[in-house]
Amino acid sequence: MAERRLLFSLQLGFTLVVCAFLIVPVILSMLAGLTANYLSGVQSGLTLRWVGEVWSGYRETIFLSIGISLCCLAGTLVLGVPAAYVLAKRQSALSRAIEELLVMPVAVPGLATALALIVTYGAAGAFRTSWSFILVGHVLFTLPFMVRSVLAVLSAIDLKTLEEGAASLGAGFAQRFFHIVLPNCRSGILAGSLMVVTLSMGEFNMTWLLHTPLTKTLPVGLADAYASLRLEIGSAYTLVFFLMIVPLLLALQALTRPRPVKFVAEEEQP
Amino acid sequence: MTQATKPLAIRLRNCAKTFADGTRALQPLDLDIGAGETVVFLGPSGCGKTTTLRIIAGLERPDAGGSVLFDGEDVTALPIEARHVGMVFQSYALFPNMSVAENIGYGLRIRRLTRSEIAARVGEMLAMMRIEALADRRVDQLSGGQRQRVALARALAVRPRALLLDEPLTALDAKLRDSLRLEIDGLLRRLGITAVYVTHDQAEAMALGDRIVVMDHGRVAQVGRPREIYQRPATRFVADFIGTMNRLSGRIEQGRFVTAAGALAWPEAPADAREALFRPEDVAIDDGANPPLRGTVAAAFFLGDRTRLFVDVGGERPLVIETEARRDFARGQAIGLRVDSRGLMAL
Ligand SMILES: Nc1ncnc2c1ncn2[C@@H]1O[C@H](COP(=O)(O)OP(=O)(O)OP(=O)(O)O)[C@@H](O)[C@H]1O
Ligand SMILES: [Mg+2]
Repeated sequence: MAERRLLFSLQLGFTLVVCAFLIVPVILSMLAGLTANYLSGVQSGLTLRWVGEVWSGYRETIFLSIGISLCCLAGTLVLGVPAAYVLAKRQSALSRAIEELLVMPVAVPGLATALALIVTYGAAGAFRTSWSFILVGHVLFTLPFMVRSVLAVLSAIDLKTLEEGAASLGAGFAQRFFHIVLPNCRSGILAGSLMVVTLSMGEFNMTWLLHTPLTKTLPVGLADAYASLRLEIGSAYTLVFFLMIVPLLLALQALTRPRPVKFVAEEEQP
Repeated sequence: MTQATKPLAIRLRNCAKTFADGTRALQPLDLDIGAGETVVFLGPSGCGKTTTLRIIAGLERPDAGGSVLFDGEDVTALPIEARHVGMVFQSYALFPNMSVAENIGYGLRIRRLTRSEIAARVGEMLAMMRIEALADRRVDQLSGGQRQRVALARALAVRPRALLLDEPLTALDAKLRDSLRLEIDGLLRRLGITAVYVTHDQAEAMALGDRIVVMDHGRVAQVGRPREIYQRPATRFVADFIGTMNRLSGRIEQGRFVTAAGALAWPEAPADAREALFRPEDVAIDDGANPPLRGTVAAAFFLGDRTRLFVDVGGERPLVIETEARRDFARGQAIGLRVDSRGLMAL
């Protein structure tokens, strides 16, 4: 008994240490964003001055990031869900190959993808300097996550028979897709969306190459702030980043949570 | 509930099926299914029952040259959604994103019935299948038997021209299967709907079918009423597949069939008969001094209401006979047998 309690305490301790290892720097960083003078520590007093400066200086990047990530989500939904559907329906060597190829943008370093985009479209002036250039990069990068997550759900259900069942009741292709396919891959779509928004929000490698001074996203701005300004501003920026993204993620996560299933005993009518 | 639409006559003409990978699932097949008739496709696994059903449904196209006629009209090119047939799948295919009532009402929603019409019809179906209490359940909260009832209700709610069922009871346990089989039988008779029922369970086929289509390796081995199939099998395959069949080899001598274990009176025997086939229930124990056949008991199984005996008569396989339960038999015991000559067949 005592032995088990000891084991439990050790496990608990270890877990707490790991958590602390991950969380403490985040807390310290956010705290730094609220400290009047980082070098003299918290004793120098807490202030919202840095947060205010970030807000006035970098507000645009925050809105741009949110805008891009939502557009990116829309793009991956429109492209990714039908793509996953087709891949799930056609079980051929070609579809397997495409599925493998889909991980390429993830495997290839973001910088390489960004360079490829610049080489290809660099001359297209208006496009190159607009935020849609970054959007294209983000869609490329996040699409595989959407496709894979939807595909995983679609492969787990007997899609073919469900569709045949709907067809036998008179449903045409569009009705089957919207009434049966989409609702039944809801969890995959939501998980994919969570992934896409998070990745797009935080994407730095590729965006850093694709951005122009007028199209800075939040992470790029963050790097700027760390590199060129006071540490407090950078930290305040992190704080703002957190305040933006955590509620968004929580909301998405709440949507993704599967509805609880009640256990019902087998019962037969007489 | 009465069926609003007139039952459908289905006709298959020269329907063969070769799958993309070259599998010949079905040899050219012709079949007429009368309006209001229940036809059961029966056969071992892989013989092409599902394929035939899917061709009727419109989920599979027959090879070029084949056609499917509904009431004389060629529907070969129509997809399933335009054929207006109800289908019940072995795996039920209920929509997990909808409640029981929504599942049942789905076909009506597609047909753009008003909300109140849908509610009324769904209520009617729920009552018919005696699952009113389940209306708001999600389908993953149902037992197998309940799912099957929902699947039937859903298929029937749209008042289809014909009902197609692919092994609807296979996934259920034996007792439930029996009670649902009775229920389906009653339902089909009451509705008078044309039904095509696929199964590999011969008891199910016998109980439900007006006619049975016995299939073997993509071909129709025999089509007939259950009694015909059982009593007059057309081929050795049918004889062996349906029920238990005894075989005795021998030859005809002076109007009698002479075997190693004795001779049988067989007035209708073909002159070249080399083998006599008969069912267990046509054999009786003969305790007289001169029984036509003599053998020894190889095994005896007490089944409660009767005893099943395996009797060695010097052939390859022992004869199977069924006898009253009261008598005790010992292994190795010598017994005499006689066979009702009306039950003898040559194939
Ligand atoms: N989509 C397909 N592609 C290739 N071959 C197929 C396909 N569907 C069925 N087959 C083959 O066609 C033959 C007949 O199949 P079918 O499903 O009609 O059999 P069944 O009589 O329904 O058998 P079971 O009782 O096992 O359901 C089988 O050999 C099967 O392997
Ligand atoms: Mg089958």
